[in-house]
Amino acid sequence: MISVENVTKSFVLHNQGAAEIPVMAGASLQVDPGECVALVGASGAGKSTLMRMIYGNYLTASGRIMVGDVDVASAAPREIIQLRRNTLGYVSQFLRVVPRVSTLDVVAEPLLLTGTGVDAARAQAELLLTRLNIPQRLWQLSPTTFSGGEQQRVNIARGFAFRYPALLLDEPTASLDPANRATVLAMIAEAKARGAAIIGIFHDHAARDEICDRQFDVTTYTPGLAA
Amino acid sequence: MRPLLQVENIAKFYGARIGCTDVSFDLYPGEVMGIVGESGSGKSTLLNCLAGHLTPDHGAVRFDTRAEGLRDTITMSEPERRMLGRTDWAFVHQHARDGLRMNVSAGGNVGERLMAVNARHYGDIRAEAIDWLGRVEITEDRIDDRPTAFSGGMQQRLQIARNLVTGPRLVFMDEPTGGLDVSVQARLLDLLRGLVREMNLSAIIVTHDLAVVRLLADRLMVMKDGHVIETGLTDQVLDDPQHAYTQLLVSSVLQV
Repeated sequence: MISVENVTKSFVLHNQGAAEIPVMAGASLQVDPGECVALVGASGAGKSTLMRMIYGNYLTASGRIMVGDVDVASAAPREIIQLRRNTLGYVSQFLRVVPRVSTLDVVAEPLLLTGTGVDAARAQAELLLTRLNIPQRLWQLSPTTFSGGEQQRVNIARGFAFRYPALLLDEPTASLDPANRATVLAMIAEAKARGAAIIGIFHDHAARDEICDRQFDVTTYTPGLAA
Repeated sequence: MRPLLQVENIAKFYGARIGCTDVSFDLYPGEVMGIVGESGSGKSTLLNCLAGHLTPDHGAVRFDTRAEGLRDTITMSEPERRMLGRTDWAFVHQHARDGLRMNVSAGGNVGERLMAVNARHYGDIRAEAIDWLGRVEITEDRIDDRPTAFSGGMQQRLQIARNLVTGPRLVFMDEPTGGLDVSVQARLLDLLRGLVREMNLSAIIVTHDLAVVRLLADRLMVMKDGHVIETGLTDQVLDDPQHAYTQLLVSSVLQV
């Protein structure tokens, strides 16, 4: 479902003496439907960089990144927009929303964008928020004022609202208490069971060992870091 | 899918000075494109060329008309272009007073656009106006007030209602949130996002506010000195800018 083939990436900082920083060389990774792969490596090794390249958030200098039948590395913006809408979900570490939009609508939005009716989308959002222990009295409020853990759970609810065939999870269990952590791990397991291909970054090693089928060490492909 | 707007090699010069040059892109139905750049970068010149307010010196702007498919709006007759401006196109000005009739009531401002497309029944026009004022969160009891009695944010929302009442397919926006305080901006952004999704609008938004494009635009075009120096998916251009100027622009934003 997700196939990263021989990708390379470097950052050129034009305003800092045009310094060129190679961050990835020759990385290849394949994730099948129903499989969960953990990206591992020290901080700064390029885990988030690789995840952002797969999401199309960072440009890829060379190589291919196939998600379904779209090559993210070379696709036009509108192809990537379609891909993100229908195929590729991403739960980032931080929630980024329009101020003033209610939590319920934030969670329902991915469903509305894929053609689910308003009532059905809201009902599904309510189920997810209930499951993730977001109190009902908060649903009509904007999540911008919520605590870190609450925002993280709203973010997860939003990321799991639509059943994406491919999912990227950046620290999904960070800043969660044990009960919510267990819920999120169960949701990831369910996504795997329905055939989603998942790539995750987990600093929570117990969670990683529980949910991931294998690990992918990005350090191997970090220029200057490989042993 | 067919593009709604095809822009090819647009150039506009002011004497020897470049307004904008070598601009080409396709815009698809439902897509929102942001154009960013500092003052004088040519972004407003470009927007005015696209919207038919300025005649470019070179290039074509093809719009997918309902009746005849793709037509070059630069070479079409003035009445045809005006008709587009009243029906399928909308233009939201930075200063609401440029897009409103300040001596006509709020309801009249919305109703006038309807009458321009041959609505004649007073009751229908007034009902439609009330509906649209409600959608932009202006209560019915303000329908007979003039925009001069409105706050800046309300004027801007009224301008949006006036523009969208005829169900346009393409909206041009020139700094739609400029000059508004941030709480009013947030409300307007929320409103615009909802309308874009519900009406499947395509939009071209000129702004210098990177936070605005991050929330509203799918795609981004960065201009400097009349040239397009970078284009791409909005979050890609903002998070992984390639051009020196874009890197400077992105790194210059103050963190709140």
